[in-house]
Amino acid sequence: MNSSTTKKLTPYKLMSYIILAVLTIFLVFPLYWIFTGSVKNAKDINSPTPQWFPTNPTMENYSKLFENPAWLWLWNTIFIAVVAMIITCITASMAGYVLAKKNFYGRTFLFSMIICAMALPKQVILIPLLKEMAALKIYDNLWAVILPTVGWPFGVFLMKQFSEGIPGEMLEAARIDGAGEIRTFAQIVMPMVKPGVGALAIFTFITAWNDYFLQLIMLNKNTSLTISLGIANLQAEMATDFGLIMAGAAVAAIPILTVFLIFQKYFTQGITMGAVKG
Amino acid sequence: MATSTAKKTAKFAGGHSSLGISRAQAKRDTISAYLFLLPFLIVFIGFVVIPMVMCLWTSFFDSTMARDDIFIGFGNYTKMFSDPIFWKSLSNTFVIVLVAVPTVTAFSLWVASAIYRMKGAACSFFRCIFYLPVVTGTVAVTVVWKWMFNNYYGIINYVAKGTGIIQNNINWLGNEKTALWCIILILFTTSIGQPIVLYVSALGNVDNSLIEAAEVDGATRMQTFWKIMWPQVTPTTLYILVITTINSFQCFALIQLLTSGSPNHSTDTIMYYIYYQAFKLYQYGYGNAMGVILAIIIAILSAIQFKVAGKGNN
Repeated sequence: MNSSTTKKLTPYKLMSYIILAVLTIFLVFPLYWIFTGSVKNAKDINSPTPQWFPTNPTMENYSKLFENPAWLWLWNTIFIAVVAMIITCITASMAGYVLAKKNFYGRTFLFSMIICAMALPKQVILIPLLKEMAALKIYDNLWAVILPTVGWPFGVFLMKQFSEGIPGEMLEAARIDGAGEIRTFAQIVMPMVKPGVGALAIFTFITAWNDYFLQLIMLNKNTSLTISLGIANLQAEMATDFGLIMAGAAVAAIPILTVFLIFQKYFTQGITMGAVKG
Repeated sequence: MATSTAKKTAKFAGGHSSLGISRAQAKRDTISAYLFLLPFLIVFIGFVVIPMVMCLWTSFFDSTMARDDIFIGFGNYTKMFSDPIFWKSLSNTFVIVLVAVPTVTAFSLWVASAIYRMKGAACSFFRCIFYLPVVTGTVAVTVVWKWMFNNYYGIINYVAKGTGIIQNNINWLGNEKTALWCIILILFTTSIGQPIVLYVSALGNVDNSLIEAAEVDGATRMQTFWKIMWPQVTPTTLYILVITTINSFQCFALIQLLTSGSPNHSTDTIMYYIYYQAFKLYQYGYGNAMGVILAIIIAILSAIQFKVAGKGNN
């Protein structure tokens, strides 16, 4: 094909490679600095001459970190992310399917409401949301973070996009064969939108894991914190204990990076599909 | 017009052949549709729609902790216009948006066009790299940058001094002139991931035969890009502009973790100031009023972007 044009190293290409390389270093270096910083001892970390590579690796920062209820914070974060992910996948695929494939009274109105809500800054509703959670007696409870995450309509929008692809004939055939609505949904629709569910699952997991502002407003006592909140608090208390804070950052980053690297393919698909025709 | 009506009718028939739908069937469909929607509707209305309405409602009240709200009409709004810190936060927010949105968009388009024709593995490698700061999470990314920008122990001062860019240590985050730019820089690293993924997929969908035909006809690289690829990625550009604008307007965690708006309100953003008023001073009504204004600004900007991009498309 056009291999001759792609193989040749033009000056423009050389320049792009250099810029890409610089950018890569620029974006990866903070991560490198988190992980190496977390295993440096207090003396090395506070020396004015930074140590590019940890020569005396130590685990003391991690043992200091786990004197705090860091395992509990990690557990809380996993609970929020997993529960929000499961519920969102169920509610969004059901709603997305009917929005794409059924005609019912109020469909256009509902869909425009979903689009409007998505275009608004979601952090703006945090003040009333806090009052609502207090009234419902779930303030400082993990559900106060889970419920607003599930209610955010992006998932429905995404699943509607995926459900558009289901051929109407298949649904009709199922109906003629006497399959009820639930059976049609479970046996015909779900298998066809599986990639969408995969994308939504990973997307919701990462969003819920990283939604620091929502967690900050809703969670308060030390035992209901998430790992992000825990680290933010540690940083506020011990601003210059960089080793400890980097250990915390590493513990917060490792699980979510692992999940991302394993399910990367679905994730990419999710953000691409969500953008098709806004 | 005629085709769209025909399409609508066909869609309404939804594969029911030419028989049409009986009224009873339509009613059954509506009931079953709402049963499917019910779980979502409960959480959506309960935790998104109601708070939105409450946000608007409370903005007309003097509302704080442990006492009843007092109706004050547009009192919060007039207070806002005479509040110098509100104006300062608004202008900071605009600086962030005006710098971050064009840079993020242009840059991610450039990166995407540089990597989208690479072999599968190389392309996904870069996509993954640029997404890492997003996935790592704001808090983890921010605390390491805070250390790197540190006056005494930060690697940035060390490198900048070593290479002779600066003479003395700079207190990057404590200086009115530099703090906001540091925040924009970090915001940039956490914002380019999603646009790059979107552009890579949009450019991948551009018809290759068109590009080859242009190249055969002797079009330069720039011509091919602006005449063929750019128009085809306009919808993606629009989407990226809108989401980057919304995200930049909502810049909060970076501010709260790095500077808390200091020094001297030089890094206050609207979102941070709302947080400060509502959750530090318990001025719920005032915070909500600023939230309403923020939502209106974002809505207007999104509408303008749609309009401009829509024109460019024709």
